[in-house]
Amino acid sequence: MTEQQSLFNYCLRLGDDALVQSYRLSEWCSSAPILEEDLALTNFALDMIGRAQALLSYAGTIEGKGRTDDDLAYKRGERQFYNHLITELPNGDFAFTIARILFISAFEYSYYNALQHSSDATLAAIAAKTIKEIKYHLSHASEWAIRLGNGTDESHGRLQRAINSLWMYTGELFEADEVEASLAKVNICPDAPQLRTNWKHQVESVLNEATVTIPKDEYMQTGSRLGIHTEYLGHILSEMQYLQRAYPEATW
Amino acid sequence: MVKSTHSKDEVLEILSVIPDPEIPVVSIREMGMLRDVLITDEGYEVILTPTYTGCPAMGIIEQDIKMTLDSKHVFPVKVKLVFDPAWTTDWMSSVAKRKLREYGIAPPVHSSCNLGVFEYNIIQCPQCNSSDTVLLSRFGSTACKSLYKCNSCKEPFEYFKCH
Repeated sequence: MTEQQSLFNYCLRLGDDALVQSYRLSEWCSSAPILEEDLALTNFALDMIGRAQALLSYAGTIEGKGRTDDDLAYKRGERQFYNHLITELPNGDFAFTIARILFISAFEYSYYNALQHSSDATLAAIAAKTIKEIKYHLSHASEWAIRLGNGTDESHGRLQRAINSLWMYTGELFEADEVEASLAKVNICPDAPQLRTNWKHQVESVLNEATVTIPKDEYMQTGSRLGIHTEYLGHILSEMQYLQRAYPEATW
Repeated sequence: MVKSTHSKDEVLEILSVIPDPEIPVVSIREMGMLRDVLITDEGYEVILTPTYTGCPAMGIIEQDIKMTLDSKHVFPVKVKLVFDPAWTTDWMSSVAKRKLREYGIAPPVHSSCNLGVFEYNIIQCPQCNSSDTVLLSRFGSTACKSLYKCNSCKEPFEYFKCH
């Protein structure tokens, strides 16, 4: 892969992470347990759609074939999507959604902090913008995790089950294949494996306060960076891309 | 090659009337979203920065800029969106903060965007100035606001979040 191809692929990874998270969060619109959470989750979705637009537009510029952010969102198949598996899992209950936001935002907080110092000026600017938003996602999810963990037996149990079933999807966040290794060498992207200690520390301090048990590191799921997904991404895309597939080039 | 008929300051002055579509008492210039105007051989380039990456008002603001300048015979106009340097509530002018307070929105506390993940400021009620206020919801009617309640005058109010 040339550096240009690697950078294109890398922007798709970051853009797809934001796009798919945004999709899942929007599904909470009008379904959250209370009005305040409806607002919070859809606000997060809005942050992420903005981030996805910026990253996918930039991916299109890097590729140089005239593809827009919309082209990249609506006209790629499942195997050409590179979002982490954890982002595409169904929302589950509220505890599951909170646990997922906690895991991902704690990761993104370290990751985008480092990306602010990227040698690529566009990525550095997007990171500097987005880190302010991630801070809100992290504090909100942390507070809720602590509240659920210390709530009733029911809320505690639900949080524990969510943590247990999500844990095996967290290993993938800290993988770095040859694409990222080559970009890390020229300081375009952060060295993800290095960030895990920090992440674990952050997540453990919240989960300890929430009085839930932290699972052991056993088998970790992987595959998304090669375009290999769970069964759920196909269902997301069939809905998200329906209009452009049925009525190509339709505009508002 | 386009012959420019207006100076940068004149163009900025014309654009000063454009309100923020979501908080119409302040202008996009007072909010610090209007960054610059470049005059090139191709015409006028307006440099704009979003408050939030997903701010849904950007499309409307871009249209407003083009229509406002067109009505003053300033053309051709291009609007460019930039992320760097990242917008911060610290760019809001003191006039803008006063107008927000009069409108019933507590303005952002200066430099509060540098606080840690779990640190909070005390927010003053824009109605009675009491500091005895309580957070109702971290997120409000727009991405940039939270909901608070004043324990003194009992009024609910919005706080423009630091960013």
